[in-house]
Amino acid sequence: MPEQAINDYIPVLLLTGFAVSFAAFNLVASWLLGKKALTNPAKDSPFECGMVPFHTERRRFSVRFYVVAMLFILFDIEVVFLYPWAVKFQALGAFGFAEMLVFLGVLIIGWWYVIKKGALDWSSSRRHTLRRSA
Amino acid sequence: MSLAVLTFADDPIFYLAANLAKIVVFTHIVLILSALSVLAERKVSAWMQDRLGPNRVGPGGILQPAADALKFFFKEDIVPGHVDKVLYILAPAIALMPALIVLAVIPYGPPLTVLGETIPMVIADLDIGILFVFAISSLGVYGIVLAGWASNSKYPMLGGVRASAQMISYEVMLGLSVVGIFMSTESLRLTDVITSQVDGTWFMFSQPIAFIIFVIAAFAETNRLPFDLPEAETELVAGYHTEYSSMKFAMFFIGEYTAMFVFSALVAVLFLGGWDIPFMSNADFEALGNWGTLLGFLSFFVKCLAFLFFYIWVRWTIPRFRFDQLMNLGWKVLMPIALVNVVLTGVVLGWLGS
Repeated sequence: MPEQAINDYIPVLLLTGFAVSFAAFNLVASWLLGKKALTNPAKDSPFECGMVPFHTERRRFSVRFYVVAMLFILFDIEVVFLYPWAVKFQALGAFGFAEMLVFLGVLIIGWWYVIKKGALDWSSSRRHTLRRSA
Repeated sequence: MSLAVLTFADDPIFYLAANLAKIVVFTHIVLILSALSVLAERKVSAWMQDRLGPNRVGPGGILQPAADALKFFFKEDIVPGHVDKVLYILAPAIALMPALIVLAVIPYGPPLTVLGETIPMVIADLDIGILFVFAISSLGVYGIVLAGWASNSKYPMLGGVRASAQMISYEVMLGLSVVGIFMSTESLRLTDVITSQVDGTWFMFSQPIAFIIFVIAAFAETNRLPFDLPEAETELVAGYHTEYSSMKFAMFFIGEYTAMFVFSALVAVLFLGGWDIPFMSNADFEALGNWGTLLGFLSFFVKCLAFLFFYIWVRWTIPRFRFDQLMNLGWKVLMPIALVNVVLTGVVLGWLGS
């Protein structure tokens, strides 16, 4: 259905063009119009309440953020699977519903495993370090 | 609805002109509304704290956003020496654009008739509707994370990392909560969701659990209090935009307030009946013609503004969550409730259908 696609997506492309040009206009206009001033070491340094920073901030951060990102991919894909089923839910009838219950059951087991493993416990590491230092 | 809708093949020039007009009109309405909601934020905050708020620029301070915008343009555009220049400059643009592109699928009112042609009051009435919203609006997290990363500074880095975990977590809840709606409408097209509510009940009443989860997730997705951890002033100075100045700083705000409008509009479309007015049916809107479009348009924007007010109201009512509380609420409370809601909806619909 090329004609359908033209009708549906030409306006989206036009709006994308508008959004890009609006963002570009803002960046360029503030660069052209903005006050130009001399720079100095204090202005060039990261915001730090008056201290002189002595290392880069791109250090390691907690592994929990990676775990959340991975779980997001798993669960979000499962949410996307639900949509085509939801649209056809009434046509599929009881069989489709039972199949989705099995799918959701597997999903819940996985979710329960994640919870029990403590993958989503944000405060346990603090307890752990306290115990170790004591 | 029975009239033929204007297509590209019928009349390419009129089609392009109509679509350009729609884009210009709707984006300007939304951008002006988001500028005014910055002012409303300050005014309502002042009202709730028994202050006056901005009242010097124009009558009652109404021109304050225009003055702010002008001032932003003329401020020094600082690019600090320690940042990753390309990403630092691109990040505000990446934060701003998705919020604007999502406006494409929001239905603002019933179809308008111009020169005998029916023009739907939505920029692109896509059949994937809600999936387009989730796909594009989730790109906004890149802007915030890249801003935090490119700034190469302590507070923006922490804000960016927090934002990534928070926004992707609540996206799961956002997607799960509304599945029930599409089980009863059998279409992902947002105009179908509205027309089914105009003749039936609003999903706020038939899907109350979904409504509450969606509203909570909308607050988390737009980084608003009580979930504004990526920019928590008391801990992170200003979070991911600490190192930004001039218009780049403002672009994060335009993006944030436009996203707030988008989520208000989504709440209106999905749960509050969109352009519906109680006791009016689809036939009534069609019978009124273009006056029906105007009424629907006003009704839709009244709902959006009411929800924007709710955003500000909550900001001054509820204190900020801690990060572990935020994550526990999302993954351990809202997620199972949303799944139960999907199953419950299935049972009820199956029972009613048989």
